[in-house]
Amino acid sequence: MNYNWDWGVLFRDPYLGWIISGLGWTLVISLLAWVIAFSLGSVLGIFRSSSSPVLRAIGTIYVEIFRNIPLLVQLFLWYFVFPELLPDDWSRWVKRDMPAPAMTTAIVAIGLYTASRVCEQVRSGIDAVGFDQRQAGRAIGLTEVQVYRYILLPNAYRIIIPPLTSEFLTIFKQSSLALTIGVVELTAMTRQIEEYTFQGFEAFTAATVVYSLVTFTVMAVMRQVDKRTALPGTFSKGAA
Amino acid sequence: MIEMKSVNKWYGKSFHVLKDCTLSVAKGEVIVVCGPSGSGKSTLIKTVNGLEPINSGEITVAGTSITARETNLDKVRSKIGMVFQNFELFPHMNVTENIKLGQIKVLGRNNKEAEVKALALLDRVGLAEHAHKYPSQLSGGQQQRVAIARGLAMEPMAMLFDEPTSALDPEMINEVLDVMVELAQEGMTMMVVTHEMGFARKVADRVVFMDHGEIVEDAPSKDFFGSPRSERAQEFLSKILSH
Amino acid sequence: MMFDLDFSIIPANKELLWEGMKMTFLLTGLAIGGGIILGTFLALLRIAKVPVLQHVASAYVNFFRSLPLILVIFWLFFLVPLIVGRPVGAFSSVLVAFILFEAAYYSEIIRAGINSVRPGQLAAARAIGLTYGQAMRSVVLPQAFRAMTPILLTQAIILFQDTSLVYVVGLRDFLVSAEIVANRDQKLVEMFLFVAVVYFTFCFLASMGVRYLQRKIAT
Repeated sequence: MNYNWDWGVLFRDPYLGWIISGLGWTLVISLLAWVIAFSLGSVLGIFRSSSSPVLRAIGTIYVEIFRNIPLLVQLFLWYFVFPELLPDDWSRWVKRDMPAPAMTTAIVAIGLYTASRVCEQVRSGIDAVGFDQRQAGRAIGLTEVQVYRYILLPNAYRIIIPPLTSEFLTIFKQSSLALTIGVVELTAMTRQIEEYTFQGFEAFTAATVVYSLVTFTVMAVMRQVDKRTALPGTFSKGAA
Repeated sequence: MIEMKSVNKWYGKSFHVLKDCTLSVAKGEVIVVCGPSGSGKSTLIKTVNGLEPINSGEITVAGTSITARETNLDKVRSKIGMVFQNFELFPHMNVTENIKLGQIKVLGRNNKEAEVKALALLDRVGLAEHAHKYPSQLSGGQQQRVAIARGLAMEPMAMLFDEPTSALDPEMINEVLDVMVELAQEGMTMMVVTHEMGFARKVADRVVFMDHGEIVEDAPSKDFFGSPRSERAQEFLSKILSH
Repeated sequence: MMFDLDFSIIPANKELLWEGMKMTFLLTGLAIGGGIILGTFLALLRIAKVPVLQHVASAYVNFFRSLPLILVIFWLFFLVPLIVGRPVGAFSSVLVAFILFEAAYYSEIIRAGINSVRPGQLAAARAIGLTYGQAMRSVVLPQAFRAMTPILLTQAIILFQDTSLVYVVGLRDFLVSAEIVANRDQKLVEMFLFVAVVYFTFCFLASMGVRYLQRKIAT
């Protein structure tokens, strides 16, 4: 193997700045996509567990569509296809005038995709709380909405902290797909460093270390959160 | 107080869980419902407050129809207490909060009133010193007494018990039955699904025996234990009383 | 240009698209095979009673699970030729990337499967005189694989979708072939809709199959 090591490249201008800005964009995409995934996923999860057949069907159709098409294809659909299906002036706005079109598209696409996964987690959390809890709530006269608000959701979210943590970390990793539509996030930045300097080892190592560090930090933090929110007298099953 | 007329219920198309059940419970009466497992007794009791919808027939509680579309079921349910086999206390709330939830959210009581009521009821079921514990920190018998207090907090006109002692270790059964006996003696209208025949003998006015979704026998408890008319009831009794 | 679509481009390019689809299937198949073999090996290391092996295997799994697949693809695209000492083409490096990456996920599934077999089974197999290896191979693993078949298949569907990421190194799978046609003939809308429908159909039918299997195993 014939290779000229130069770890210093990572700390030279402009490459260090590239890595930092790449991580910044990765975090921006992940966090904003997570906001979409968590809120929409929660609503859909509630739909899928509700007593209304119409709401259940909406949830099911959403999940089936979004989880059976590769995320990369979805990203292309939102970026290349969706604007073309809109009326002309809307299409122009989405393609040109919308702030940071590629970044925004990536956030929305990843958020909507992950919402289908969050939905399944929320639904299984609600199922795990149990049908009898639902009945006990109804038996004291609570409405279905109140049963969700005061009984099912507070317990369900506690149960699914570990799987939701993995879903967030999945988003964090999948934010790298944004590079396919030109968003220069962390992975793209290190690829760019490789192409400029031919120091692939150092560049990819930097990305690897940063991804791992963030992942392990998030896991450690969420394990604490899981412990803190565990109910007295119960054991949490631990983070994913 | 509770009137059921020709109640029928199917699960799916083929499974007929309740067959033409007719039953009435007068104010202050205590009715014990018994029968082999799968006989439909739990389903029957859950139709009274509409937790189990029915396919045909009519159910009224204190003159309000459970089956009528315009009935506000949540309101009716708030006036009928229910105790479940597995207690079903809300695990994320402490004991007092469990008893306060319905009072505040359904009856619109303020926090202070609800708290006072909750503590009084906990005292009544002998658990005053556990007011701030979480359900998972209590024994099964204690949890079930809290569940009874939760039902009573709504000042119900009747209480439904769905096998309240069958998930309990034997040594805890009596502490729950004692609370129930006391309630019965105070004149609470009660419908109790149970195999505790001692309880039935002691406080039940009538015993209803179900099998395969049918009410096979509905007799004053003296008569039921004296000489049940149906063969199925005799067989059932001999099985559960033989040891 | 709302709804002014021309799908005739699809039959016109069916050979190219079919070649791409074959590549997608080939990659999926080889990656599943390799991933399960390496994953089983890792799972066995993780349950072995040797702390060093456990740590190595679990470090491997946690490491790969913390990385984006795209980064792993880039890594191997860069590394494999360097190690081999000559250019090897995208396919081999991508295949290695998928096997290494997927093995981490498969090993978790397989480990859970092995743990779901009651410990008494291993004890009973040892009691009739089988060695640890024999007991694993002929008693524990068959039961474990049977129990985890639905999850392994679900992971296969995910892997099938993940192969689309070879796009980043330009390997001509189904998506890349479609994209070539789309760009050449300026038919992005038609081609990407077609690609989405094809992936959806495969994955939806496969996941229905998995659910059917799950019900069958449950009963």
